[in-house]
Amino acid sequence: MIKHLARLLSLLILMITATSCVHLKEYQKSRLNDAEMALTNRKVEKNELNFQSYREAASGANSGKTGGGCGCN
Amino acid sequence: MRKVYLSVIGFSLLCRFNAWSQTKTDTALVSKAPVSLYKPVTQDSSQYKPRSLRVDEIDLVSSYYQQSGNHSAIQGGMGDESVTDIANAIDINLVWLNNKLNKNTLSVGFGFDYHSAASQAWVSSTGASSPTGTRIYPSLDWTVENAKKGNSIGIGAYYSGEYNYQSLGLDLHFSQKTANKNGEFSAKLQGYFDHVKLIYPSEFIPQSTVINSVVTSASGTTLSSDGGHNRANIPSSPRTSLNASLSYAQMINSRLQVMFLGDVVTQQGYLGLPFHRVYFNTGKDTIEKLPSSRFKLPLGFRLNYFVGDNIILRSYYRYYFDNWGVKSNTVGLEIPYKITPFFSISPFYRYYDQSAAKYFAPYGVHSPTDEYYTSNYEYAKFRSSFYGVGFRIAPPNGVFGWQGMHELEIRYGHYTQTTDLVSDVISLNLGFK
Repeated sequence: MIKHLARLLSLLILMITATSCVHLKEYQKSRLNDAEMALTNRKVEKNELNFQSYREAASGANSGKTGGGCGCN
Repeated sequence: MRKVYLSVIGFSLLCRFNAWSQTKTDTALVSKAPVSLYKPVTQDSSQYKPRSLRVDEIDLVSSYYQQSGNHSAIQGGMGDESVTDIANAIDINLVWLNNKLNKNTLSVGFGFDYHSAASQAWVSSTGASSPTGTRIYPSLDWTVENAKKGNSIGIGAYYSGEYNYQSLGLDLHFSQKTANKNGEFSAKLQGYFDHVKLIYPSEFIPQSTVINSVVTSASGTTLSSDGGHNRANIPSSPRTSLNASLSYAQMINSRLQVMFLGDVVTQQGYLGLPFHRVYFNTGKDTIEKLPSSRFKLPLGFRLNYFVGDNIILRSYYRYYFDNWGVKSNTVGLEIPYKITPFFSISPFYRYYDQSAAKYFAPYGVHSPTDEYYTSNYEYAKFRSSFYGVGFRIAPPNGVFGWQGMHELEIRYGHYTQTTDLVSDVISLNLGFK
């Protein structure tokens, strides 16, 4: 699994470096500033993330909550 | 080439005229000043009160969640685990500028949940405990943003309260944009200081502890032997979670951006739940027992790409492992399609898998000689799928023509686990400005 992960990360890094980061002016960011392009969870996902963190052992690395709360039921 | 050149000049002039027209509030100053397309906006501040506090945004999020399954942790890994949950939350963002003209944002949140859980009734061995409960969760966050330096710093506090579980969270967060403003590093340090009320299954309650009581439920209602209700003074045990969250976001080009995320999480204290039963292979039952510390390391990235003019790819991957033996992969893909610039439909799919924790075994499999044991299927080996669709409406003249409501989102999702747990969730978000 770690090998698989390393391969995936290498591919991602290669892809990003191959395309290289362009210096973007503000007027070139219209698409990136679109609300759907935000690199965060949607507000409407708030409770979905809660139940997933309670039903699954893994949590975190999603800009959300990584601890606290019971989820007892 | 000439066309391109003229277009750029035309566009530039148009932008300048627009900028000039937006600043034309002080007519006296404008009439005296020489005609210039490059007049700085900062000179025109006579009528503007930057420090005034104003409501920037209000968000209302409501959800209805329904679940069915047959692996209740309260009954040792078998039994009805149906749940319904109604959640409502409000977030209010207040903004103002301080003396140094830094933007301050104060976010005040409050949430209220009401749930009904079939398994909860079986905290009592006769199934007589209350199957319902409530949770409240207020939050507060204050962030100061320095636009010139491209950084922000803030603090936050959270509280989550159920009858049998209290959680207090504090955080400190910081972000810094790169010099060209195309990248941003963020860090967040969080601490959760929780208390688990030690509500045991009724057969394990010492008679001397709960006088006149025969049933204790997770929602806190204690039925006394005379048919009345009282609340026993039940002790609690602490649980502390410390998290460091790091992320780096980078714009790759005008259509592609990526974010790398990583958390380091440590937990100490009572990490099980006192009303989770475990049935040994001898037929006897006991209370779940888990180690008092846990280390978690989730690592992930998001990659969003704007394809053409109306399709967006939102992708997510996370690898997770912890020292309880759980390893997990999460892959998510959402494809918002813009039917108009202000209305989009977003189908999504999320795949998740995990290996079992080394302390997990199903009903009747654990041995009394095991050091730790749980039959909570949260720690079982399984795969899950979550798929559905979302709709987002954000017209410039307001949703349904109501200027105050700038955004409406509805999202439905269906979730299945290979443990046979199935759930549905529908959520609504209303955004007001």
